[in-house]
Amino acid sequence: MTVHIKCFASLRQQLGVDAVRLEHRREMTVADAWRALSAQPPPGNLLCARNFEYVDFDQTIADGDEIAFFPPVTGG
Amino acid sequence: MPVEIRPRPFAPWLELGQYQDRHLPPGAFGACAAFVGSMRDFNCGERVHAMTLEHYAGMTERQLTRLTETALARHRLIDVLLLHRIGDLRPNDPIVLVAAWSAHRADAFAACREMMETLKSRATFWKKESTRGGERWVESNTPAFEDR
Repeated sequence: MTVHIKCFASLRQQLGVDAVRLEHRREMTVADAWRALSAQPPPGNLLCARNFEYVDFDQTIADGDEIAFFPPVTGG
Repeated sequence: MPVEIRPRPFAPWLELGQYQDRHLPPGAFGACAAFVGSMRDFNCGERVHAMTLEHYAGMTERQLTRLTETALARHRLIDVLLLHRIGDLRPNDPIVLVAAWSAHRADAFAACREMMETLKSRATFWKKESTRGGERWVESNTPAFEDR
């Protein structure tokens, strides 16, 4: 299956990754998507979204999903 | 119930008055509560001379629309308005306008506060500041008053 991964703000700069397409043979979770991006454990304050909605790391991913990783938000 | 992300500077008080004149039924509302957030020229003990606001296109619009829908469902409101800047900002530039109209003040006050606090904790915006020492990402928002 194909998964689209995006990174934002300081995380994008740290990883040097803006957007990446990931091909995966088996069912995967958001945590698996993180491991595909980085060998480091996720930062404690890392947030993630699946198809524009906040999710936990154990959320299962489906083919075609967009997964986003980002630091705490600072708008307003 | 307009929710807009603005890539260019805007005049919040002008927009508030124009929106009210054009879209609020005259005589129907007795209260309008508004919050305007603007850019400071200092943060964490340093002068800040510019700022860039990044966002997650697609997710941000969903979060903002949802928080206005939640406010309309939870409070007796006539209308709400939410504008938020992205892009390059200078000190004193408005960042956000949140406004709520209701018959009585309690609903407008509560809804404006709730929308703003939800925006601060959920809406996918990130600030990067320019200081004399270089650029730095803002790591977290200040907590709400009751959490300090």
